[in-house]
Amino acid sequence: MRRVVITGLGMVSPLACGVEATWERLLAGRSGAGPIQGFDTSDLACKIAMQVPRGDGSNATFNPDRWMDPKDQRKVDDYIIYAVAAATQALDDAGWHPRTEEERIRTGVLIGSGVGGLGGISETAVTLHEKGPRRVSPFFITGRLINLPSGYVSIIHGLKGPNHAVATACSTGTHAIGDAARLIALEDADVMVAGGAESAVNRIGIAGFAACRALSTGFNDRPKQASRPYDKDRDGFVMGDGAGCVVLESHEGAKARGAKIYAEVVGYGMSGDAFHITAPESSGDGAFRAMQAAVKRAGIAPRDIDYINAHGTSTPPGDEIELAAVQRLFGDKDAERLSMSSTKSAIGHLLGAAGAVEAIFCTLAIRDQVVPPTLNLDHPSTATPIDLVPHKARKRQVAFALSNSFGFGGTNACLVLRAPD
Amino acid sequence: MSDVAERVKKIVIEHLGVDADKVTDDANFIEDLGADSLDTVELVMAFEEEFGVEIPDDAAESIVTVGDAIRFLDKATAS
Repeated sequence: MRRVVITGLGMVSPLACGVEATWERLLAGRSGAGPIQGFDTSDLACKIAMQVPRGDGSNATFNPDRWMDPKDQRKVDDYIIYAVAAATQALDDAGWHPRTEEERIRTGVLIGSGVGGLGGISETAVTLHEKGPRRVSPFFITGRLINLPSGYVSIIHGLKGPNHAVATACSTGTHAIGDAARLIALEDADVMVAGGAESAVNRIGIAGFAACRALSTGFNDRPKQASRPYDKDRDGFVMGDGAGCVVLESHEGAKARGAKIYAEVVGYGMSGDAFHITAPESSGDGAFRAMQAAVKRAGIAPRDIDYINAHGTSTPPGDEIELAAVQRLFGDKDAERLSMSSTKSAIGHLLGAAGAVEAIFCTLAIRDQVVPPTLNLDHPSTATPIDLVPHKARKRQVAFALSNSFGFGGTNACLVLRAPD
Repeated sequence: MSDVAERVKKIVIEHLGVDADKVTDDANFIEDLGADSLDTVELVMAFEEEFGVEIPDDAAESIVTVGDAIRFLDKATAS
């Protein structure tokens, strides 16, 4: 199997449009939370979210016209526009713009989404009901499918390699990067654009996640304090929108073209809980086995891991189950030198984009030798020897980073990244 | 320009994202204005919505230029 490295990063997040602006604000301890804009929340239990800051593009705001032709924007839900923006940034960052037919054929796309075009499906259902089938847009389907971020990115950039997508709820972004790395390792492609995208902050998305009791509802008047992983007052996650994409390529290919290498994807592990559709199994065995598999694939011991970007959504049961699984894997002695933070405290839960954005944060933690903070962690709900990086980013050695994602349906995925050699 | 022509051209400019000066009567949606087959389906839907008429599929197939649309809608709204 070939070695696979990360050579490009792209992101649209609730903190900013762009990787560096998001990272800077994340390290500064800023939160992307606020009262929901754009639709009525008066009858919703949750009235807060982490939405992408829109503007003319200045001050790292997201200007969709920069990334996609306005006539195409009308045909798609926002997650596709976010994906195109993140993928374009990642390709630019990697300096990879395939020109020959062979280069195009060897470059693929694997971007996923947790729920796809939930907003457009909801609106079109109303149109169908009120005006009949003749008013359903010919772009209704293509603007909502899970694999259309991959489709649009391939068409816009002329990438003719494997064109694939993942839909594993909140594990989507992690599975996408892991699977794409495998495609390169097994020589199905030389370069892959991989990641996840989501735009589920809409009336039906908030109503749906609130109905399964996943969202924070007790902080509507204090949105920036709502996402508080591991804190005793946490009461659910705060939903966020955005996308993250990386450019992956074979180590030999990146070396040959003199590309900047951020990190190497050395481990990828997966498991299923076989337990419940929303609740994690109480012993955390599924999370444990996924982390164990990723560490084993990396050919290292748990104690070699310096930083974990936790799944840590800020739900009452989930956070402690993950923490217990990590402690079981590391043991008390090795847990002491480990830092683990949940960046969902600052950007919210980006569902299908979460794993991709968080893998990028792991990559930057390796690059800058700093770990991002867990905001709002005032009073941990349980004692742990692990450094949960409360409130403030911290400089420390990061040679290996682990990124955790666990999704509805009991699907778990973990990546291990290593500093470039 | 007639009221119908003005409204038709406005819809075409909006939906196809083209410059107003390109939207002449003899401009072909696909060949001159960069539309694909799905765009033309959507355009016909937009005309139906704007003018409150139904354009049957066989009539829709014969609307290939801006002028075709204006003539069809002139007739449909006159009756």
